[in-house]
Amino acid sequence: MLGKSWMTTRFAKLEEWAQRNSFWPLPFGTACCAIEFMSTVSSHYDMSRFGYEVVRFSPRQSDLLIVAGTITDKMGPVLKRIYDQMPDPKWVVSMGACACSGGFYRAYHVMQGIDEIIPVDVYVPGCPPTPEGLLYGILQLKEKIQRDRDAKGRTKSEERADDNVAVPA
Amino acid sequence: MDQPTWVVDREILLDLARDLRDGRETRFDLLLDLCGVDYPDRPEEDGGRFDAVYHLYSIPRAERLRLKVPLSESDPALPSLIPVWKAANWFEREAYEMFGLRFDGHPNLRRLLTHEAFKGYPLRKDYDAARRWILTEDQMYRPHPEPEESVEDEMFERMTINFGPSHPAMHGTFRVVATLDGEVITASEVEIGYLHRCFEKMSETHTWQQVIPYTDRLNYCSSFINNVAYCRTVERMLGVEVPPKAVWARTILSEFSRIMDHCVCNGSTLVDAGALTNFWYMFQPREEIYGLLESCFGARLTVAGCRIGGLLADLPPDFIERSRRIMEMIPPFVADVERLITKNRIWMDRSIGVSAISGEEAVNWGWTGPCLRASGVGYDVRRAHPYDLYDTVDWEVPVLSGGDIYDRYRVRMLEIEQSVRIIRQLLDRGMPEGPYIVDDPHVALPPKEKAYNEMESMIYHFKLIMDGIQVPAGERYLMSEGANGELGFYVISEGGGKPYRIKVRPPCFPIFSTFSRLIDGGSVSDMIVTLGGLNVIAGELER
Repeated sequence: MLGKSWMTTRFAKLEEWAQRNSFWPLPFGTACCAIEFMSTVSSHYDMSRFGYEVVRFSPRQSDLLIVAGTITDKMGPVLKRIYDQMPDPKWVVSMGACACSGGFYRAYHVMQGIDEIIPVDVYVPGCPPTPEGLLYGILQLKEKIQRDRDAKGRTKSEERADDNVAVPA
Repeated sequence: MDQPTWVVDREILLDLARDLRDGRETRFDLLLDLCGVDYPDRPEEDGGRFDAVYHLYSIPRAERLRLKVPLSESDPALPSLIPVWKAANWFEREAYEMFGLRFDGHPNLRRLLTHEAFKGYPLRKDYDAARRWILTEDQMYRPHPEPEESVEDEMFERMTINFGPSHPAMHGTFRVVATLDGEVITASEVEIGYLHRCFEKMSETHTWQQVIPYTDRLNYCSSFINNVAYCRTVERMLGVEVPPKAVWARTILSEFSRIMDHCVCNGSTLVDAGALTNFWYMFQPREEIYGLLESCFGARLTVAGCRIGGLLADLPPDFIERSRRIMEMIPPFVADVERLITKNRIWMDRSIGVSAISGEEAVNWGWTGPCLRASGVGYDVRRAHPYDLYDTVDWEVPVLSGGDIYDRYRVRMLEIEQSVRIIRQLLDRGMPEGPYIVDDPHVALPPKEKAYNEMESMIYHFKLIMDGIQVPAGERYLMSEGANGELGFYVISEGGGKPYRIKVRPPCFPIFSTFSRLIDGGSVSDMIVTLGGLNVIAGELER
């Protein structure tokens, strides 16, 4: 007989494996970084080599938010809303100096880093980062998903799977 | 003085403007720019605290004129010039929110770039550059455009749709709210400012050299052109003569940047229309040009390749060879897109006659650049006021007359050909000998080995890093041909290491202010293609 917990764990592992090898990114591109994001998905650098080519512009269909560009205070509520609309589990890559910290715009209309309003998993430095830099950042996220465990030693997927089992009981 | 300047009383401004536009001897048909300037210590009897500065241009006479209207702090009101030049609309809104100038008769004097929870006038000298205001979602502006003539029809319901700012066809930062009657847009409202990064305030808090990286991020699809435009302006104020090698390289790399910009514009317009293949085709030559820029300056996109007085670094030894190789690669890609698209029935149906505008109307709205040349007005700064090496090479200004999306696309394709032609001729001449930056220790950093080994050079190095270049007091407006049109820098110096005021004349700002006029009466799908065809770059539009 296969124990219930054994089955769930395996499925969670499978789910996690699928998640980290096939992000569906939502590019929240506002400025210069968005141009480098376009280069990253274009033929030369070709992000689809890693299984990340399903770029979705609807937050409901994506699990990776790539914030590429300066976020101003006027844009803040919009970004927050987009993040809230994404289904769990979800991850955020902050691409470029502006999204990470406001960059060299210490100014009256520029948010000093998107982590003022949403949680960030990976910060990619650069102004703008090269496509190699962005790819490296996303691959770091891939490792992070495998590595990240909560207090009970579960990954995000396992935690969710456990919660799901608990509900019908 | 760089151009005639008239100080005008606000009482006569409107009449004077009308005469200047219509007079046979003046014919100032283009309002290039309007900005405010703040002099907090200027007494009332000298005019008061503010200046409103207008830059006018006459295309038929190739003449320029600057109008200054002094205004007091207690009553900073002046008449709106929208009845004379429609381009004044957004410029006046900007001057209102940045300085608090009041334009009487303006139909919609509302904040343009900053958000709804913002308080104060950020470009006034007493406003702290880092003072932020936080916007919450319930405070956000909700446009509700109403058609002028409402059609009473019980069969259909009118619908108001919001596009953007996070919408793929809105290029990330624009927002359009449209009221539809079926498929037809009956009224629309455009909201911008989602990428207002405070370029002008930042430039006032940095030294003259430190402004260069900020200029990169105006039109980030062709950063190098911005560098050149800014550095030329400051060089003119300093009276510095740039060495021939730097001028040569600036001309070549500006044209490469123009090719890149047009590739992005046409590539992404065609994606928006559903022709994805061309996006890949257009992006490949761009990748090669990035490689060239990276080999010169170490960065792909935001190159910061110019320095005041020359270039950042000497050109790599294989510069000519590498450029020639790219020159061989670009034409086949362009030819592929031409074959796929120029006679393509679907593309022609979607673009010919769509969002058309006449040359006369476009000028009144303040248009310049490829979009204006697609409407039959052949104004190009490189031809009308040649700079760098443009008057020494053989090239043409492509002008088409349709004024629609199709002709905007074709003008850009033709300009790519002309840029290739210019670059080829300059490469054939060979690289000029000599230094890449001016040999003047007050302007350019001394070479490292000198700074380390000679006392005098070390002091110059220290002074330049700590105090910056000292630019003599004065003001100057200097224009270059950006990828989108006339890119002007209006620079005021009070003497000293930092600019007193820098105003960019962003070419796509007046173009995008026309957007509602272009899309009203068309369908939603027309709107998408129109936006792509105008090549609005948010960094330059909102600065």
